[in-house]
Amino acid sequence: MGDDTWDGLFPQKFFRSYFFPSFNVKDLHTVDDGILQHLYPTVDGGEWDLLIAHFLGVDHCGHKHGPDHPEMAKKLTQMNEMLRSLVDHLGNDTLLLVAGDHGMTETGDHGGDSEKEVNAALFVYSKTPLFGAHLPEEPETIPQVNLVPTLALLLGVPIPYGNIGEVMAELFLGDGAAASAALSQLSAYRINARQVDRFLHSYSLAAQDLPAERLRHLQELFSAAMEEHYRLLAQVREGLPASPELEARLGRLVGRFQRYLREARAVCMESWARFHPLRMVAGCALIAASCLLCCVASELAAALDFSYRSRLLYPLLWGLAVAAVLGLGHLLTREGLDLILVLSWSAAASQLAFFWHSWGRRSRRAHLAGVQPPVASAGLWQRLRAWQGLVLPMGILFIRCCAMFSDSFVVAEARVAPFLLASLAILLVGKLHWHGRLTAPKAPKQPPGSAFYQKESWQLLCLLAVLLACLRLSGLFHQCREEIPHCQPSSFLAPLASLQNTQAKNLFYLLCVASLAGLVYAVRRWLRHYGNLNSTSPLVLFVRWAFPLAAVWIACYWAVTSGAEDTLGKLQELVQVALVGFPRAVYGLASLGLLLALWTPVTVFVKDSRESVGPIVTPYQGAPSSQADLQHVIPQIYRRMQESLKSQLDRGHRRATVAAYGLGSVYSATLVIVLNLLGFLLLILHSERMSLAFLLLFLEAFVLLRIHACVVSLAGDAEPFVVPWYAVTAWVFAATQFFYSTGHQPIFPAIHWNAAFVGFQEGHSTHLLPAVLVGANTFASHILFAVGCPLLLLWPFVCEAPNSQRRKLKKELREELQEQEEEPMMEMRLRESPERFSAALLQLGLKYLFVLGVQLLACVWAAMILRRHLMVWKVFAPKFLFEALGFMVSSICLLLGIFLVMRVDCAVSAWFEQLQPR
Amino acid sequence: MKDTEIKRLLSAHIVSVLSISLTTIVPPLFLENFSVLGTHLIWLCICSICVTTVNIILYIILKPNPSSKRISFAHKVTKFLKCCVFFFISCILFHGIIVLYGAPLIESVLETFLFAVLLSTFTTLHCLCMLGPNIQAWIRVFSKNGAMSIWDNSLQITTMCSIVGAWLGAFPIPLDWDRPWQIWPISCSLGATFGYVAGLIIAPLWIYWNRKQLTYKSR
Repeated sequence: MGDDTWDGLFPQKFFRSYFFPSFNVKDLHTVDDGILQHLYPTVDGGEWDLLIAHFLGVDHCGHKHGPDHPEMAKKLTQMNEMLRSLVDHLGNDTLLLVAGDHGMTETGDHGGDSEKEVNAALFVYSKTPLFGAHLPEEPETIPQVNLVPTLALLLGVPIPYGNIGEVMAELFLGDGAAASAALSQLSAYRINARQVDRFLHSYSLAAQDLPAERLRHLQELFSAAMEEHYRLLAQVREGLPASPELEARLGRLVGRFQRYLREARAVCMESWARFHPLRMVAGCALIAASCLLCCVASELAAALDFSYRSRLLYPLLWGLAVAAVLGLGHLLTREGLDLILVLSWSAAASQLAFFWHSWGRRSRRAHLAGVQPPVASAGLWQRLRAWQGLVLPMGILFIRCCAMFSDSFVVAEARVAPFLLASLAILLVGKLHWHGRLTAPKAPKQPPGSAFYQKESWQLLCLLAVLLACLRLSGLFHQCREEIPHCQPSSFLAPLASLQNTQAKNLFYLLCVASLAGLVYAVRRWLRHYGNLNSTSPLVLFVRWAFPLAAVWIACYWAVTSGAEDTLGKLQELVQVALVGFPRAVYGLASLGLLLALWTPVTVFVKDSRESVGPIVTPYQGAPSSQADLQHVIPQIYRRMQESLKSQLDRGHRRATVAAYGLGSVYSATLVIVLNLLGFLLLILHSERMSLAFLLLFLEAFVLLRIHACVVSLAGDAEPFVVPWYAVTAWVFAATQFFYSTGHQPIFPAIHWNAAFVGFQEGHSTHLLPAVLVGANTFASHILFAVGCPLLLLWPFVCEAPNSQRRKLKKELREELQEQEEEPMMEMRLRESPERFSAALLQLGLKYLFVLGVQLLACVWAAMILRRHLMVWKVFAPKFLFEALGFMVSSICLLLGIFLVMRVDCAVSAWFEQLQPR
Repeated sequence: MKDTEIKRLLSAHIVSVLSISLTTIVPPLFLENFSVLGTHLIWLCICSICVTTVNIILYIILKPNPSSKRISFAHKVTKFLKCCVFFFISCILFHGIIVLYGAPLIESVLETFLFAVLLSTFTTLHCLCMLGPNIQAWIRVFSKNGAMSIWDNSLQITTMCSIVGAWLGAFPIPLDWDRPWQIWPISCSLGATFGYVAGLIIAPLWIYWNRKQLTYKSR
């Protein structure tokens, strides 16, 4: 009776119960008065073996008023009176245990690990005398776990399997002489020790973390005590008279059992809550050094004198050498090889080598610069100005890292990430406005003191509004944590099949299919806009035909999963086939698409006008026309005359051109296609209505890229090959935000385990495949944003407005082979300087890794510093695990994305070479 | 010339700060059960009204941007109406931005809207008093080299301080301290108020310290 938490923990387990709401901390009396009303009748009724009365008033009073308050005095007096009258109601064979589950601090709160909080009183009362004549003056402190075996034995039930507590011997004295009392104590101890021994034995078989020699020692203690006990029992059974010598032996045996139980508990506690401070600090240092390395390397990559030998090869060799030396050492000493130690030492060695080489180079450069002081000072000035630009993104990143150290902020992170992202975007636009980039350049006739926005600025503001709307809407898809009271998990997370209302189900199904279709349509529309949907290469054909097909299959799969079970009674087998077949077909199609994207990533449509520069007007060039051509000779003559006139008008002399459509967006087109394929894969792993979240994800990513491109074009002075920090930070924040908005939380109960059975209804034989499926489901947004990261570099080039003289050839590149006088446009500008392109890609990747790494570092620090915090296992440790896994997934996917861009680059080079000889 | 201007600015700001502090002290004398935290909505109303009246009175007395032209009465009326429309639009805009930033959409609409009104009083109303309903002037003032008088400078500082204060006020909301001021929108409105007061105090001081560097283009 009392606290209704018991009902939550053990529902329907009580013979009779009187529960009262316990949640309101301000309410001091409901629970206590309720108990007092029912306590005495129940006790007198006698229909019970065990009666639990959980009073809450003192605890709530402590929270509300603190320990030294008149209210507390009243409450304690009430409790005293309750005990006094309760004692009168007890029978002779009843044991009354009064225990507090925790103490309280000076302010009346609890939850920490201070002395005042973890100590509480224990009061044991029985009408039969329990203790001997001599009551101890200072009773010893009893660990809370000791209640478990004591109560179990007193109630006559087996001691729970995992118990490591020790029975409270005083309660097992029985009634009689000292010897028989000791014997009954010994039997309680024996049961307890056997249980602990059994637990330790089976535990050591399952896990290896208890040290073997300590276990052996415990085993010896245990068997010696048991033997002694048998011998004594035999002696007693023979009917020897009670002698002081026997009593002394009995007392010693009790001491041995106690020692065994206490040592066993100490061993377990040591090994279960063991930290290696040195290793933790070393690990933090390693992560911090890696972040620094990313930062330094990204700065160096911009300098373009990046020598791969000193920066990559030597550090790698150093790392390998240290690993080899350590491995050899271990082999020679024949000790167990600790892989983690070897790896971390080699990582540390390679990092040191890297820093050493960069430092040497830097000092040499500084020496060179010392000859010309003005250059150095200018460099300093520029560096200061560059630092000024860093304040905004780094400040926001710093706030985010600080938020990792508070459990409340980690719990509320689902709302923190969009808040910071919105702030970053608004501050960015505000900064542009402050520097006057949004206003049109002043025309001379304008009166002074007035300013107008340019067209692009309005576009930017609209994009900002769309971004904010996306951020707000993404809050609809959040999962709940148990720490947040009154939180309702998003209704979108439940599968459609759980909906009772058929109309709503159909509506939502249509909505999901519409969002899927919208996604496919938007991607195809984008590709068509940039001319990447015209060629006949396998990848383009795949996009044309297989994308809608995949969408249809996913829609069919949703239809099958969301349909009611019983309506399809006869088709049950078919449904089973469909449940397996559709997802597997989508997996297959998506992998086929990814392979195609790797094989022929170029999506450029070529119109070669050299061959069509006609044989009639300029008969000396080209092949003779075919039979088919002759049938349409008039229009052809007309067209060729037109063309030749145009070409003559153009430059005044003969030339041949190749028009290539979609060359300006060849890199991003492939990336977008791959992202969409990955989107399909990840979509099918989530529940149906999450497709809306995915649509939002793609929309927000697009808007972010557009804002980035807009800002780059408005800011004007920025280096085109350098992706600014704010863009990278925003991209990482968006990834974090959509981790939450795809219905995830960094806690284990929130993992979507059913993702492992999409397409595999019967379960798995291996562990790898379900792990991959669940991992892909959990880190969906990390995967998408990391693969899409190179888009940050490419997008400003794609969105670059064509120059005014080329309005007619909108969004299309005219690449000239004979005369290179026309400037390359859009992404072809990247090909102008391949070294800078690759350096920019490297720099972008390093920046992304840096931002991720700093967050991971903050997480690790938080988990390390707060390792004794109450919330560490509930909040910080799971957060750290999820963040670390997310970091690994992100970095692998980032590498894949960059690899894809490089593959496209190779393919484009090959394509140019193939074009050249024609 | 400049020093007298700074003195006028300082006195105006001190009057504003005093009026805000009076909104917390005076109402308990007349109203039962009044407290800033407990009856926050009433305080929001009182504070907005008080700041509005004080700002308008100060504007009428001080006339920071005197124009040489004679203005007809009808023109004044249209200007006043325009100001009202602007103020209302800014309230709606602030409300929208606050909701987009994560405030609840349906529950506690009144609280959110009153908070938006308070923010508008601290920012838009000030601008309306100084610059009038003239968007181009606003755009000009809120850019790097756009300030043309110390009044413009003080406008920049107070506006930014109030908005930053409101932004910082959102930070304690997720903490599990169970304090009465952590409830939406109390922390944010208090943050905005403190920011505004800080801006009012900082602006004259900052201008005084930088008076050598501040040179204004002639109008």
